[in-house]
Amino acid sequence: MPLLDEYTGQVPAWCPGCGNFSILKTFKAALVDLGIEPHQLMVVSGIGQAAKFPHYIKCNTFNGLHGRALPVATGLRLANHHLIVAAVTGDGDCYGEGGNHLVHAMRRNVNVKLFVHNNQVYGLTKGQASPTTGEGTVTKNQPFGVFSEQLNPMALAIALDCSFVARGFSGDQDHLKSLIQEAFNHKGFSLVDILQPCISFNKVNTFEWYRERVYHMEADYDPHDRVRAFERALEWGDKIPIGIFYRNSRLIYEERFPMLRESALIRQDLDPGKVSGLLKEFY
Amino acid sequence: MAGEIRQDVCSLRGMDYSIKIGGEAGQGIQTVGDTLSRVFARSGYHVFTHQDYESRVRGGHNFYQVRVSDRPVSASRSRIDILVAFDKESVDLHSVELADPGQIMYDSATLGQQHDGPQFLDIPFTALAVEHGGSRIMANTVATGAILGMLGMEMDIFLHIIRETFHKKGEEIIRQNAAAALAGFDVAIKQCVTCSFSATGRTEPKMLVAGVDAVGLGAVASGCKFYAAYPMTPSTGVMNYLAGKEQEYGIVVEQAEDEISAINMAIGASFAGVRSMTASSGGGFALMVEGLSLAGITETPIVIGLAQRPGPATGLPTRTEQGELQFLISAGHGEFPRVIFAPGDPEQAVRLTHKAFDLAEKYQIPAFVVFDQYLGDSQWTYRQLDLNNLVNTDYRLRADALRDVTGYKRYAYTEGGVSPLAVPGDSRHLVVADSDEHDEEGHIIEEAETRNRMVSKRLYQKIPLIRREIGPPLRYGDEVPDMVLIGWGSTYGLMKEAVDLLSGKMAVAMLHFSELWPFPGTETFDYMTLLRNAGKTICIEQNATGQFARLMKAETGFEVSAGIYKFDGRPFTLEELLGEIHAALG
Repeated sequence: MPLLDEYTGQVPAWCPGCGNFSILKTFKAALVDLGIEPHQLMVVSGIGQAAKFPHYIKCNTFNGLHGRALPVATGLRLANHHLIVAAVTGDGDCYGEGGNHLVHAMRRNVNVKLFVHNNQVYGLTKGQASPTTGEGTVTKNQPFGVFSEQLNPMALAIALDCSFVARGFSGDQDHLKSLIQEAFNHKGFSLVDILQPCISFNKVNTFEWYRERVYHMEADYDPHDRVRAFERALEWGDKIPIGIFYRNSRLIYEERFPMLRESALIRQDLDPGKVSGLLKEFY
Repeated sequence: MAGEIRQDVCSLRGMDYSIKIGGEAGQGIQTVGDTLSRVFARSGYHVFTHQDYESRVRGGHNFYQVRVSDRPVSASRSRIDILVAFDKESVDLHSVELADPGQIMYDSATLGQQHDGPQFLDIPFTALAVEHGGSRIMANTVATGAILGMLGMEMDIFLHIIRETFHKKGEEIIRQNAAAALAGFDVAIKQCVTCSFSATGRTEPKMLVAGVDAVGLGAVASGCKFYAAYPMTPSTGVMNYLAGKEQEYGIVVEQAEDEISAINMAIGASFAGVRSMTASSGGGFALMVEGLSLAGITETPIVIGLAQRPGPATGLPTRTEQGELQFLISAGHGEFPRVIFAPGDPEQAVRLTHKAFDLAEKYQIPAFVVFDQYLGDSQWTYRQLDLNNLVNTDYRLRADALRDVTGYKRYAYTEGGVSPLAVPGDSRHLVVADSDEHDEEGHIIEEAETRNRMVSKRLYQKIPLIRREIGPPLRYGDEVPDMVLIGWGSTYGLMKEAVDLLSGKMAVAMLHFSELWPFPGTETFDYMTLLRNAGKTICIEQNATGQFARLMKAETGFEVSAGIYKFDGRPFTLEELLGEIHAALG
């Protein structure tokens, strides 16, 4: 059983009071409860405030390019499906720059756990609109307000039959911890969208704004009903549900490759005796 | 001028026939070309093929050219001995290429027109297919049989190939195809009274290998375990080859949603601990460039195949060019080392793909295998390819080796700048990589001193070691030449034959560069002295600006005396190149 202090990483470079701190604390606590040891875990990230996350916990890390965490995570899982692979990104990173990869990662259903720190604004580049910024929100770069419709990650994921779809809130740590654990325990691509205030750049969606609106899904809510889940995903405004919206037990991508059934790809060395056999078909 | 070329080409002795099969996309000209080439190779002849096709699935005008000889051949000729015309356009466009004597074989019922003249041979492909095979689909089988009949070859190998091709479809289908083939063969013998072709005796069977397959073969033999790509002509053949080997050789081939994803997946798989590759053409590679830079700073080994085609942008999608050299050398933001190989034939493609995998992992860098549509689609014959000398060395630290390591750091400073590359999850050591500048452990830094040390580690320490691995250019021809033909990549076979044809008349040699970057030194072969002592140095490239000539000047200060540059998307034929050389000589 790992201890919490085994996960103490670098000193975070986030703004004091950022919602990321409570997500980090909750994430570590969830890992301890799950009994996942640092060397068993690979956290992939892109670029943005959330993407610095893996440096602040102790684990195997690939901190790659903006928007590209999921392709790297996919390659990692196909090469070694015994690794526990998580991707930690922000709303700009994953829903903007990496949108195409998200769509196809959900289609493939690679067993990757995706945690999106969704603060509805670009933090690292200082306050531009993100795909989840509300329509009409005025920023320095959108002086007439945001023209585009706000992206709905829950509805998008359910439409694509994503294997596990949940939303949490950084200010509700016990609930968030249970979602993180459920995601790690689920077999299949898992999206956990985490609502999180940005104290520096988002003056609309503040801690209070979220706290007044979020509520837990009912105890008897059935996350296996896709149509009902889609209806719940459309709820946004005065009331915002958090919890597990949808889950299914689709076959994971790694299990579809016949050659991965026996062992992970990294354990399959080329048999030198089979090399000369490559020439036969050319005669 | 023209007389000289004629003389050059006439000096080719023995059996040397060029067969051009022309028609619309979808008429099966590739099937006929592939089958003929296979029959010739199995008969022990030397074969060279090249393909010319449009970016469409049906219609248009395409051709497949096969050269068959009793001596090694490595280029296409302008002069055609047999033209098989599946459409009217083939007659209109290619009649002028016909040798004297030469034959144009066509089906007047399909073309809707009759041609007079001793060079025309009207063979009812479709009618014979229906009559003997029971289906018009077998018109191609009839045509293939007819070509073999014209050449005076035997049918046993072709009949054997029919059996192999259709063995899953049952005896009846085999019988019908064999009947169609024999019908074409018999009619051609009977009707081709003016045919003067004669094939020399058969020898031991040869391998028939295309450039794209050679790159794929090299990858499998190097222990490539993961390949991600997005389909793009003319690189797709590599993915096709590897997908066919997935099951037997334990390779995961993943079709990514785009090229950005493809290179990032390959980087992820490599970071996990397997040899990984991606490939594309210019446009797709342009999308990969950010990922290339990621491989650079994270020091993740990766092999990238680049099948060039004419640009800019979509350019001529199915044609050939050597237009990406300067792009490739400087692609990727920031400064990091890379190696670039440009094989000249399938044998070199196997060997250099293997070397790319080795150096990528040894120095933890991106390594390129560059070719083009011409080499990718061309087929060459070999008696044998020796794969036994391809030794795979595992440079990674795996479970056993990691057990004795204390305080593992992914980017530890070492004497040669190469840090230990551990497999994550194989031990309790954590493996951390970052696209930001980082410290020895892999965590983000901002300090100037660490930045300086990391740049020094990646560049100044590694580059001299990498440079030592790069082989010199290949000299072929005279040892003290008056004229040197200089080229890189796919022009190898053309230049080689040009040297053969010119060598009786002058002291000529070629310098072929297949290991391009870092630019080869002169330690093992002082090719600079050879160049400086030659009266005429001609750089031959399939691009408009002489990219290699410029690179050589930048790296060595040497300026070639002339350049022959072709950028119409079509490869040189031997006659064309000889004509250009004579023109350059003045």
